[in-house]
Amino acid sequence: MKRSNAPVFWVLFGAGGMLAALFGPALVLISGIAAPLGLGLPPGALSYARVLALARHGWSKGLLFIVIALFAWHAMHRIFHSLHDLGIRTGTFAQLGCYGGALVITVVSAVSLLSLGF
Amino acid sequence: MSDAAGARRPYVRSMRGWWRRDPFFARYMLREATSVAVLAYALVLTVGLVRLAQGEAAWNGWLAALRSPWAVLLHLLLFAAMVFHALSWFEIMPKTLPAIFIGGRRLSAATITRSGWAATVLASIALCALAWWWRS
Repeated sequence: MKRSNAPVFWVLFGAGGMLAALFGPALVLISGIAAPLGLGLPPGALSYARVLALARHGWSKGLLFIVIALFAWHAMHRIFHSLHDLGIRTGTFAQLGCYGGALVITVVSAVSLLSLGF
Repeated sequence: MSDAAGARRPYVRSMRGWWRRDPFFARYMLREATSVAVLAYALVLTVGLVRLAQGEAAWNGWLAALRSPWAVLLHLLLFAAMVFHALSWFEIMPKTLPAIFIGGRRLSAATITRSGWAATVLASIALCALAWWWRS
């Protein structure tokens, strides 16, 4: 019997979902509302030099990559399994589209992070 | 059975809008829909990284875009969706975890859910404290 590749996607879904459940609300609040609007944080909190330093440092570089990649795999896996609920027939094409999208986000964020140097 | 399958057209109840028929289904679909918000946030961050790699001018453009009313509205929506994701993720956790026994008694569903919510509150406080500490 051919080994199923499904467990890999379910693990990525679970890990991304857990990460989003624990840190998602605070991350959106900080990066999308507090920092850009200067609410509670100074307006320069996301200045180029500071974020560049964050994206260059080994630990924070890795964390940024893990957050983006796992969020993408979690979301795409869930969207793929919801297509059926919306009455959309799913097949290899839909699967390639969903997981391909997650792969594109993973590669683009990895290349960007690596190009920033260490 | 001589008729072709197409000759008989039994009534098949439409599945359109099935999830609007019951609040339980609606809540299920809302829970699944949070994945769109998680994807959107991953895309926002990915675009941010691409702009960062393109240099200071590009990054400042992205930052200016984040300050636009539409971006703020989007992030308020994303925040609400993330909160609902966190709530529902730990609500279904008792069903997705294998049974846990502590001292011969099975860990109750309510305990698992409340521990998860408490973990989110602690993680949020820690992250906000980190952002506050890092601000200057």
